[in-house]
Amino acid sequence: MTADNLVQVSGLRFGRSGRPIFSGLDLGIRRGSITAIMGPSGTGKTTLLRMITGQLRPEAGTVAVDGLDVAALSRNDLFDLRRRMGMLFQNSALLTDFDVFENVAFPVRENTRLPEELVRHLVLTKLNSVGLRGAAHLMPAELSGGMARRVAMARAMVLDPELLLYDEPFSGLDPISLGVVLRLIRMNNDALGLTSIVVSHDVAEISRIADHCFVISEGRVIASGPPRELADSPSELVRQFMTGAADGPVPFHYPAPDYAEQLFGKTR
Amino acid sequence: MSLPLQLWDGLLASLRKLGAAILFLIEILKQCPAALARPKLISQQVHNSGVLSLIIIMTSAFFVGMVIGLQGYDSLSRLRQEDILGAGVALTLFKELGPVVTALLFAGRAGTSLASEIGLMRATDQLAAMEVMAIDPIRRIIAPRFIGAVISVPLLTAVFNAVGVLGAWFIGVQIMGVDNGAFWSQMQEFVDPPDIYEGVLKSFVFGVAAGLVAVFEGYNSPPTAEGVGMATTRTVVTTSILVLILDYTITAFLL
Repeated sequence: MTADNLVQVSGLRFGRSGRPIFSGLDLGIRRGSITAIMGPSGTGKTTLLRMITGQLRPEAGTVAVDGLDVAALSRNDLFDLRRRMGMLFQNSALLTDFDVFENVAFPVRENTRLPEELVRHLVLTKLNSVGLRGAAHLMPAELSGGMARRVAMARAMVLDPELLLYDEPFSGLDPISLGVVLRLIRMNNDALGLTSIVVSHDVAEISRIADHCFVISEGRVIASGPPRELADSPSELVRQFMTGAADGPVPFHYPAPDYAEQLFGKTR
Repeated sequence: MSLPLQLWDGLLASLRKLGAAILFLIEILKQCPAALARPKLISQQVHNSGVLSLIIIMTSAFFVGMVIGLQGYDSLSRLRQEDILGAGVALTLFKELGPVVTALLFAGRAGTSLASEIGLMRATDQLAAMEVMAIDPIRRIIAPRFIGAVISVPLLTAVFNAVGVLGAWFIGVQIMGVDNGAFWSQMQEFVDPPDIYEGVLKSFVFGVAAGLVAVFEGYNSPPTAEGVGMATTRTVVTTSILVLILDYTITAFLL
């Protein structure tokens, strides 16, 4: 592991229900960068984030954050490490019984003993940074998808983490919300000196802000580098993924018997 | 698969689940001191599980009391022993019906609510988000709800008993004409402290069982709409069977 890497994944193996998801995955996330993890559905991108946060344990190999092997940490040490991370969930995962203010205040109240006045300042500052200071009194059910994503972002940042993980931050967003979230990821990363890992399918969007990309397929990294280089990759699979072509190494058709024979023959 | 093999598999699965529930209970008990240090969280849960169950408990108790009063009067009047109606009603309620019916009603009203609430939190990643925020969901979510149930069931049982006695008094004394003084004095004469203690012990044990089943099923429910629905159903079914088994076991030990 190089000192420049905040996260180092080495020889990672993991499977579910007998199906291998990672078969010797290696990758390093450079400090202070925005790194995109891309790949077809079901390649284990979210699983990788859950391993970095210690919610899942690898069958073999290591996931190290700042030199600490996440799977080897005691529960207390793991919680200490998690206090240095923030994560934005795909569905925002806001606490439905709390309003926006209390959602953002939640990790502060639970993890610190700061006086109420300071908690208020901290929460309003973070809400202001995502443009939702005026929505502090709203309940999660009253928010649009984009607003919920921004509240979750404020909550993930409220304790000033070193590492921020984004799980599909653009899915289901309208173009304006998407632009706002893109800008916030870049702005937060640069202004707060964070390291960001963004798991996404949205190749065009993530390519605009990512410093480095990894494309994962069949349990391994099949390409890595700056987004522009990946578009010119010699690998057909990478090019299909980066250009969004419907057919290619990942076929449009699920394996099936001959069409004519199925239509007019006995095959069902 | 043959029937004996299916039965064997079912037995093993049940034992595995029982073991998981016991380990879960141990985990909750470890977090109880931290949860008890935050009385506001506990009082919120006593409100949600206990106070909000009061209407169903009191309504049911009044009608259960009236039925026992009516049936008791009918049986005792054949023996010309109507005066001991108060004692009979009190013993029936305090030792058996109060704790059992309260626990069954609690499972239906509060247990399902707890299981579905926690199951939905699991399905919408709220519990996972807490873990990533370095907040232990067992300490913050599960333990306060469990303690809330353990406190609520004995309190609701006391309310059930009191309202049930009033229901029996209304039917026995006001409608059927049993002597008011005899109703209360016979109750005082025949009901001893051990009868009360038996009911208190049962209600406490039922509170632990109902609370544990609800939070266990909710916490371990598959993160789907069907999974949450099944967890809610299992909460009622498992609690009901468990309460009746525990009721027999405790009674057999105490008699």
